[in-house]
Amino acid sequence: MNHRILVLASALIGWSAIPLAGQARPKPYTAPRTPDGQPDLQGFWTNATYTPLERPKNVGKEFYTLEEAREIMKKAAVDEAEQTEPGTIPDVHYDFTQFGLDRSQGAMALNLRTSLIVDPPEGRLPPLSADGARRAAERTAARKSRGGPHDAVQNEPLGSRCILMDRNGPPMLGGAYNNTYQIMQAPGYVMILVEMLHDARIIPLDGRPQLPSNVRQWTGSSRGRWDGQTLVIETTNLTDKFAFMGASENMRLTERFTRLDEETLRYQFTVEDPSTWTRPWSAEVPWKKDKGPIFEHACHEGNYGLYNTLAGARAEEKRAAEEAAKKKPQK
Amino acid sequence: MRNRLGRACIVTVGLMVAAISAGGQSRPYRAPRTADGKPDFNGIWQALNEAHWDLEAHAAAPSPVLELGAAHAAAGGLSLIDGGTIPYTPAALKKKQENYANRLTLDPEIKCYLPGVPRANYMPYPFQIMQGPKYIMMIYTFAGAVRTIYMDEHKEAPADSWMGWSNGHWEGETLVVDTAGFNDQSWFDRAGNFHSDALHVVERYTAASPGHLLYEATIEDPNVFTRPWKISMPLYRRMEKNAQLMEFRCVEFVEELIYGHLRKKPGQ
Repeated sequence: MNHRILVLASALIGWSAIPLAGQARPKPYTAPRTPDGQPDLQGFWTNATYTPLERPKNVGKEFYTLEEAREIMKKAAVDEAEQTEPGTIPDVHYDFTQFGLDRSQGAMALNLRTSLIVDPPEGRLPPLSADGARRAAERTAARKSRGGPHDAVQNEPLGSRCILMDRNGPPMLGGAYNNTYQIMQAPGYVMILVEMLHDARIIPLDGRPQLPSNVRQWTGSSRGRWDGQTLVIETTNLTDKFAFMGASENMRLTERFTRLDEETLRYQFTVEDPSTWTRPWSAEVPWKKDKGPIFEHACHEGNYGLYNTLAGARAEEKRAAEEAAKKKPQK
Repeated sequence: MRNRLGRACIVTVGLMVAAISAGGQSRPYRAPRTADGKPDFNGIWQALNEAHWDLEAHAAAPSPVLELGAAHAAAGGLSLIDGGTIPYTPAALKKKQENYANRLTLDPEIKCYLPGVPRANYMPYPFQIMQGPKYIMMIYTFAGAVRTIYMDEHKEAPADSWMGWSNGHWEGETLVVDTAGFNDQSWFDRAGNFHSDALHVVERYTAASPGHLLYEATIEDPNVFTRPWKISMPLYRRMEKNAQLMEFRCVEFVEELIYGHLRKKPGQ
C-alpha cells in the first residue's frame, strides 16, 4: 500500500513534465516518417484517463486549471488503488489493482478537459432524435422481456461475455484496465492492436470502398487515409447489437489520430447518426506513449466469472425455492 | 527402326534429366524487399490442404453431428509430416485416440478458443502478416487470434498462453520463429492431435514465389512425443484485389453451447 502511494506520487511528479494537449507550443511538431513517407504513429500507446465522456453536471467549464486537473487525477488514482479488506464480501471481486494493472499504476496523459466530449460545447451527448428516443424505449422493453440480467448468457453485458468492450469500440475509449494499444504501419495498411480481447483492427489505406452494405460486423468496416499529419479512419457497416451509446447500425464514425509530440497522440472521433441524435457529436482524448509489450488477453478462454455468475444465480434460485417450500404451512 | 526409337527414347530421357537438374541448380526465389532490406512477407496468406481435419493421412469420414451431414464431413487428406506419422509415446497415443473419440466435446476449436501454433496457420481461413523491423504480426481470422513475433527483443515467455511467445530472426531468405510458453489446452487439428505445456515450435517461412511461402514447423514436446517431428506445406497468397480478413467473433456463436444449460428454467 505504502509502496503504491510512492509509485503514485512519482507518477504525479512525472505528469508535470508532460506538455499539455491544447497548450500553445513553442514550435510545431512534425512526426517522424515511415520509410514510405507516412507520419509514423507506431509504438505502444495508452488511452487511460480519469476524464469522463460527459461533463459532470456540477462542472460549468470546459477546462480545469493545471492544479485542479492534477488534484483530480491524484485523488482518482488513490481511490482506485484502495484495497478491500481480505475476507470481506467487497473483497470478492476481480481485483483490477492487483491483477489488471489499473490506471493508478500505468502511464496516463494529463488532460485539462472536463469531459471527453468537445462538441456540443456543453460537453454532453446531444438530445436523442424522435427516432432515437423510440428505439431507446424499445430496447429497454426488449431487455425487460428477456428477463433478469443473469437469466441467460445473452442477457449479460457484452464485456462480461468477452465479445466487445469500450476499449475495442470503435470508437476506442479507455476503461479500468487493458488500455494499451499498439500501432503498426506497413505499406497500404495501419494496424491497431487493442490489448483488450487481443483485437487487431486492420485498416486498408488504398481507397477501396467499404464492405457491401448488407455485411454488418461488430466493429463495422473501416477504411483509412492520410489528411496531412493526421490518420483518418472512417467506419460504417456497424450492427445495432453493439449500439455504441445507444447508436443505430447506421452510425458513421470518423476517427482522427494526430501525433502531437514524441509522447502524445491526439485521438478524436465524430459520431454521426441522425436516427439516434439530433446532431453529430465529437470527443477527444490524448493517448500517451506506453511501454510494451502487450500480452495475450484470452478473455473468453478464461471466463470463469461469466460461468460462475450464471451458475451462482441458478444456485441462488434453487436455495430460495427450497426455503419457500420449507416455509409452506403443512396441512 | 528399333534402334532409332531406342535412341529417341534415350535422348528424351536425357533432356528430361537435364531439365530437372537445371531446375535443381537454378537460384532460389528471391522475395521483394521491405524498406529495411528483409524479404517482404506482408500480405494475406492461407493454407490449402486438409490438415485442419488431421495432420496425418486420413480417409474421408462422416461428421460427428448427424444434422450437418456432408457439409461438415471430414475431407480425406495425405500426411504433411516428415515420416508420415506423429511419434507419440504409447500413453500419449492412447490420449490422442480418446481425444478423437470425444472430439465433439473436447476440441477447443468448437468452443472458439484460441487455436495455438501451428494449428492457426492451416485452419481453413486466411491470416495476415504485418511486417516491421521490430515486430512481425500474424493476425488470424479464426477467433481474431494474434501473434507478435519479437525480432529484436528476444526473451522468455513471461507466462504461458494459447498462442505462445514468439522470438524471430532472419536466416537469409527465411524467417525463423521460435515459439514456447504455451499452455496445454490447444490441439493441432480436429483429430485430437495434442501437446503439453512443454511444447516448443520452431517455424521457418521462406518465400518460394510471388504467390506462395514454404512453411515448415518442427514440433518438440518430450512429455508427448518420442522425438521432434516436422510438418511442411505451402501457404498461398490470397490474390483477390479486395481480399481482407473478415470479422470472426465466434464467442457469440458458442455461448449457447457453453452456457446454455445455465439458462433460467421457466417458472423459477
